Amino acid sequence: MQVIPISYYLFFCTALFCIGVTGVLIKRNALLILMSVELMINSINLLLAAFSTYLNDPAGQIFVFFIMVVAAAEVAIGLAIIVVIYRTTHSIDIDILNKLKW
Amino acid sequence: MNLIIILILLFPLLGFLVLGLGFQRIQQKVTSIIGTSTVFISFLFSIIIFIHLLSLTDTGIPIRIVTTLFNWISFQGLTVSISFLIDPLSVLMLLIITGVGFLIHLYSVGYMKDDPGYNRFFAFMNLFIFFMLLLVMGDSYITMFIGWEGVGLCSYFLIGFWFKNQDFNHAAKKAFIMNRIGDLGFLLGIFLLFSTFGSLNYLVIFSQAQIIHPGMGVITAITLLLFAGAVGKSAQIPLYTWLPDAMAGPTPVSALIHAATMVTAGVYMIARSNILYALAPTTLMVVSVTGLITALFAASIAIYQNDIKKILAYSTISQLGYMFLGLGMGAFTGAMFHLTTHAFFKALLFLAAGSVIHAMGGEQDIRKMGGLHNPLRKTHWVFLIGTITIAGLPPFSGFFSKDEILSSVFSNSIPFWIIAVIGVMMTSFYMFRLYILTFTGKFRGSEQQRHHLHEAPWVMVIPLMILAILSIIGGTINLPGFLGGSNWLQAFLAPVFADSLPFMKGYSFAPDHSVEWILAAVSIISVIIMILLARSRFLKKDPALHEANDNTSFVSKLLSQKYYVDELYNHLFVNPLLWLSKWFHEQIEEKIIDKLIDGIGNLVIRAGNIVRYLQSGHVGFYVFMMVAGIIAILVFNLVI
Amino acid sequence: MFAKYIFFFLSILALYSAMMVLMSKKPIHSVLYLTLTFFAIAGHYVLLNAQFLAVVHVIVYAGAIMVLFLFTVMLLNLNKEEVSPKPVWIKIVVIITGGILMIVFIGIFKGYDIAIKTDPSLTQIGLVKNLGRVLYKDYMLPFELSSILFLTAMVGAVLLGKKEQL
Repeated sequence: MQVIPISYYLFFCTALFCIGVTGVLIKRNALLILMSVELMINSINLLLAAFSTYLNDPAGQIFVFFIMVVAAAEVAIGLAIIVVIYRTTHSIDIDILNKLKW
Repeated sequence: MNLIIILILLFPLLGFLVLGLGFQRIQQKVTSIIGTSTVFISFLFSIIIFIHLLSLTDTGIPIRIVTTLFNWISFQGLTVSISFLIDPLSVLMLLIITGVGFLIHLYSVGYMKDDPGYNRFFAFMNLFIFFMLLLVMGDSYITMFIGWEGVGLCSYFLIGFWFKNQDFNHAAKKAFIMNRIGDLGFLLGIFLLFSTFGSLNYLVIFSQAQIIHPGMGVITAITLLLFAGAVGKSAQIPLYTWLPDAMAGPTPVSALIHAATMVTAGVYMIARSNILYALAPTTLMVVSVTGLITALFAASIAIYQNDIKKILAYSTISQLGYMFLGLGMGAFTGAMFHLTTHAFFKALLFLAAGSVIHAMGGEQDIRKMGGLHNPLRKTHWVFLIGTITIAGLPPFSGFFSKDEILSSVFSNSIPFWIIAVIGVMMTSFYMFRLYILTFTGKFRGSEQQRHHLHEAPWVMVIPLMILAILSIIGGTINLPGFLGGSNWLQAFLAPVFADSLPFMKGYSFAPDHSVEWILAAVSIISVIIMILLARSRFLKKDPALHEANDNTSFVSKLLSQKYYVDELYNHLFVNPLLWLSKWFHEQIEEKIIDKLIDGIGNLVIRAGNIVRYLQSGHVGFYVFMMVAGIIAILVFNLVI
Repeated sequence: MFAKYIFFFLSILALYSAMMVLMSKKPIHSVLYLTLTFFAIAGHYVLLNAQFLAVVHVIVYAGAIMVLFLFTVMLLNLNKEEVSPKPVWIKIVVIITGGILMIVFIGIFKGYDIAIKTDPSLTQIGLVKNLGRVLYKDYMLPFELSSILFLTAMVGAVLLGKKEQL
């Protein structure tokens, strides 16, 4: 019986996470940044679920459940904020929002 | 009894606290009541203690009471507790301090009446009384040192009382600094005492000193160092120049501090440590030589001074010299006796001088006075009594105390005695010069001053009278044997000095009765000769000993300029120190330290200017920095 | 035996979709690629026999969140290409940073192995029944609190979405 070693999941989730980080740093569109954040969250969800299965501990999957709850709420609010920003500045380029400086 | 001892200390301290904290709100009348009554209550308590001690005299119980207040320092090897030792010596000092102190406080009620700093004055005077009481009542060198420093501090406050005058401030600083120089010696003496005996308690040290006999060198060093402290505090050569300048303070201050109490602290200290000094004959020789030289030196300066208070100041220095001479010759009782009578007549003279100054509207130059015996009748009589006492004519008290010292000196060293008698002659000369120029002859002041002349109010005259009576009858406490007296003071103080007697083998204390008669006669005759000399010189003449255009002789110039000692000290010590401090300020402080501190400030500002570009307001940059930081942390944890 | 192949297929699909999210020119394409990624991850959940999570994942993410994103892109007409992309050097630096991050993580995780307690294809904890039992027994409080969280999010979203009264 071949079992997928846990390290495969680890590397896969790490790769997904790093892609998400790169997305956050490289994109100028606020929406795309939010989507990259979702990508990061998902990679972690998967990792948690994998560990929970391999260690036979349901706490991991419960935690994934709650992370999804929080992610959903966060997307709702995030999109509302983007809408407000678009309303005031007619653009969602984050490079424009740099007034909080010296 | 223990409670009473603590209360003696407590009342002046309370007076200081109340008057010091409420000095802007309390009215003058209330202040005068509080300020004088605290000292009076302490005086009453001192009398109670005195009577109690007298009752113990024949019972065989050792005549001392030790009261402990609390443990101040206690760690391994050193335990210092604030406790008080009451024995005949300290009771004598207590009576003098509180009694004469009370009279002076009473006098000040009238003298300082129009002064805006009235409350402050009484607060400081009470504080001074507290510290002086602490000094004489302590049972260890540490407690004495606390009082020692405290009275130096209060004398600084009181000399510079009229602080708006910069010269007075200089005088106050000078007094404090010269005291401090002596205190260095005192402190070193205390260290040496501790390292030799392991304790700073009088009783422990004195009992150990008799038994252990530490080496001659150590005891000589200890006693010399302690004596250095006494030289500073009691204005002996070379640390005496502060006392004439200290006359810048109000006259009651001069009376209390520089006549009756603070300057006698050195004498008290040596009398208290009589065993240590008995074990070190070298130091006793140093003490007597210093005392003798000071007595002569100060008397010679006093002859040529023209300020009432300065004459009295030099006279104080000279009399203190006699006390130290007596101590050095082993006459501990004689020195304490002279201390007591000196407190009476010197306080009397200072207060009477204050009354004269008060009448003259602030004038202190005796060349502008004269013929004051009519307007100032009472002051004139008390001043005459004081002058006769200090000159040493019987039956006033000064004669008995001086005679006791002189007879001890004679029985130990005749050359010293001759010089001491010369000093006595000078004393009577300048004192009678002062009396004659001030009170007899024609008035030499201005018309305005003549109209202002008035006798002092009763509150000032009554202390004068009481002090005059004490000066007259004070001799009875120790009438010498050859006159048929009972030497009461000697018997009273005997337990304090008894332990040192076995070590004072080379000293004889009193010659035979016939010799004493001759000595007394010699001193009386020499004094009368000098009085007649002064009378003939000054009574008819109008001006003083010398005038501006009379200043030709070298001796008169030298003496009137006080042997140029102040200028010498300025040149030797003060100016180099000022130069050194100026050099430090210019070279090190401004060039190095300021640059360093300013440099650090500038560095911070410049760094801040650079670092603020980090805050670009761009969120993407912040996130990037965060990721970079996380990478750094992870790598750090991975590697380490 | 099949599991490994399925795993690789799903992983490559997910990674490819994620890369395309970043590299698409139009935002709408990115949204669609992200949805594909979510489906791939849901497939992973099924592989782990976490049935409840798979279903919830599809419903919440692909069904709700992606629809939200689509709505926002379309209603606000954000389909234009990025006007002025970031300078090339920034992109290079970022990519290098991301790469370094991945290398560091791999360095941390390499050789990491755990004692597998059960065969993942035979676990029962992912079933709705078992998960529900644990959720409602041990984790009751967070469950209730999440309802409050949703309430807060709803209020916030509505508040933010209202037009300002002039």
